[in-house]
Amino acid sequence: MTDKILYDLRGVSKEFVKGKEKITIFDNLNMSIKEGEFLAIMGPSGSGKTTLLNLLGGVDKPTSGEIWFNDSRVDNLSESQLAKWRAGNIGFIFQFYNLMPMLNAERNVELPLLLTNLSSKQRKKNVAAAMELVGLSDRAKHMTSEMSGGQQQRVAIARAIVSDPKLILCDEPTGDLDRKTADEILSMLQLLNRDFGKTILMVTHDPSAAAYAKRTLHLDKGQFIEKELTT
Amino acid sequence: MSDFYLVYKNLTRKKLRFFLTFFAIFIAFLMFGALAAFDKALNAGVELSADNRLVSVNKINFTQPLPISYVRKVQTVEGIEAVAQFNWFGGYYKEPRQQVMTFAVDPATLLAVYGDDIAIDEERYDGWQKNQQGILVGKAVADLYDWKVGDRIPLHSNIFSKRGGSSSWAFDIEGIFTAKYPQADTNSVYIHYKYFNETQSFGGDFIGWMGIRTVDPKLNEQVIKAIDDMFANTPFETETVPEKAFNQSFIAQLGNIGLILSSVVFASFFIILVIVGFSMALAIRERTNEIGVMKTLGFSSLRIFKMVLMESFMLIFLGGIAGLFTATYFLGFLNNAPQFPLPDLILSSDIILKAVMIMVFLGLITGIVPAVNALRLNIITALSRR
Repeated sequence: MTDKILYDLRGVSKEFVKGKEKITIFDNLNMSIKEGEFLAIMGPSGSGKTTLLNLLGGVDKPTSGEIWFNDSRVDNLSESQLAKWRAGNIGFIFQFYNLMPMLNAERNVELPLLLTNLSSKQRKKNVAAAMELVGLSDRAKHMTSEMSGGQQQRVAIARAIVSDPKLILCDEPTGDLDRKTADEILSMLQLLNRDFGKTILMVTHDPSAAAYAKRTLHLDKGQFIEKELTT
Repeated sequence: MSDFYLVYKNLTRKKLRFFLTFFAIFIAFLMFGALAAFDKALNAGVELSADNRLVSVNKINFTQPLPISYVRKVQTVEGIEAVAQFNWFGGYYKEPRQQVMTFAVDPATLLAVYGDDIAIDEERYDGWQKNQQGILVGKAVADLYDWKVGDRIPLHSNIFSKRGGSSSWAFDIEGIFTAKYPQADTNSVYIHYKYFNETQSFGGDFIGWMGIRTVDPKLNEQVIKAIDDMFANTPFETETVPEKAFNQSFIAQLGNIGLILSSVVFASFFIILVIVGFSMALAIRERTNEIGVMKTLGFSSLRIFKMVLMESFMLIFLGGIAGLFTATYFLGFLNNAPQFPLPDLILSSDIILKAVMIMVFLGLITGIVPAVNALRLNIITALSRR
């Protein structure tokens, strides 16, 4: 981990309007994430974890405040600019894997590379490397429907890292897995952070999952209420 | 992998749905191709009609005869280049079901009027002119009965009889003619009027109608008036019309084929519009979450829009092209069928162009709504749907 700030949220507020009611999720939230961190964000349902992840992932915009990534402001980018920014900088891992059922494992992993200028040969090379890293080289041609939950999540991890993003955002990555498989997935994320220097931000309900992170933030009613170092 | 591959995989992921929609489109374009070719073949006579050709028939109706002397008189009208005479023979080969469209003509004038349509070796034509019992056979008829030059064949008439009571005439095949245009008819044969007239038992010295070539189409009106005025108030008044009008009125007697064709095609394409439109909308709705994931990964909304639209085009074009290909084979089969009464049924370039334009229209109309929905889809809303 370096001291360089990768992500910086400055006075971020997020409000929703539901009927005539205005719901405030965050009010003047400040937060920074350093390059190479493995950060877990915990909190009860409705605390704003997923909304925070959406803001950090550039799929939602704050009502006010600024979001800076690698010294560039990203909250004011247009939708198409954000799409390009996401493709180049962020890898996503979802609770329910969100793989494309009509594609086999390696085609799923290749998907983000369609957004790059890499040649077909280079894409194949990158996909093979990512599949090897998650230990699924022998199942590259298999359809994801033929795989277990743990294997599908490993395919999702390979998809998240194949374009070599700076940041990996994980939304309850072990929420749909048994304990043993969850530990394997979390160990893999730890490895990506420790050996490959990936910055990882993980939203989870599960304290044992959060224990794999270097730092945990607790979110409640739109505010961080406690910080702890877990190393 | 490319966007094209993704589109293809999305399109074929639900095999049964893909097959059913593909099949509906396939059938619609098969029908379109076949009916359009059929309509074109029916109207080929109209399309191929020369502007400088007229047809003169008995004013009562075209089944009534005209005296043979009219031919000589009409030839004297100013503005006329040549006059050919025709008599319907009502011929068949061995059995009445083996109909042969037989016309008794004057070989000296046939090519002077219809030389633009009929292609025949000059030597063969001369041979036919010299042999009164000679017959000139269209290629379609020759292929059907496997007739060759030099064969002597019997033809019966179901209208006329010979002196002596027989209704069978024997002819020597002197030549086989082809058409200068693929859609021109070669389903007929020509015999000598003189031989026919001299050997028939009744109604001699009459003809069925006259085909007239004018010097210039601009003179048509003047020539028509001159001919009809010449025979006004006689027992055999004439009605002379441009060849195109004559052929059109002949086709009109079969019914409004064009309207039937348009109605069938419109109904089938409207059904396609509903089926494919519904199917595409359903498919995209089912994939809401996946579209959300793709947008999250960095696929732009515009790119997703194009991919959905491409899917709709791919479905329509796959079904449409398969339908047109099958129509080509089907028409080929019909063309080779014995006794098929029409000139060659061809999927001509204008029919193909029209079909492609319909495909583009259908692709756009059925794809645009789901594509716009996908374009507008909010990522957070999309990811919340499973």
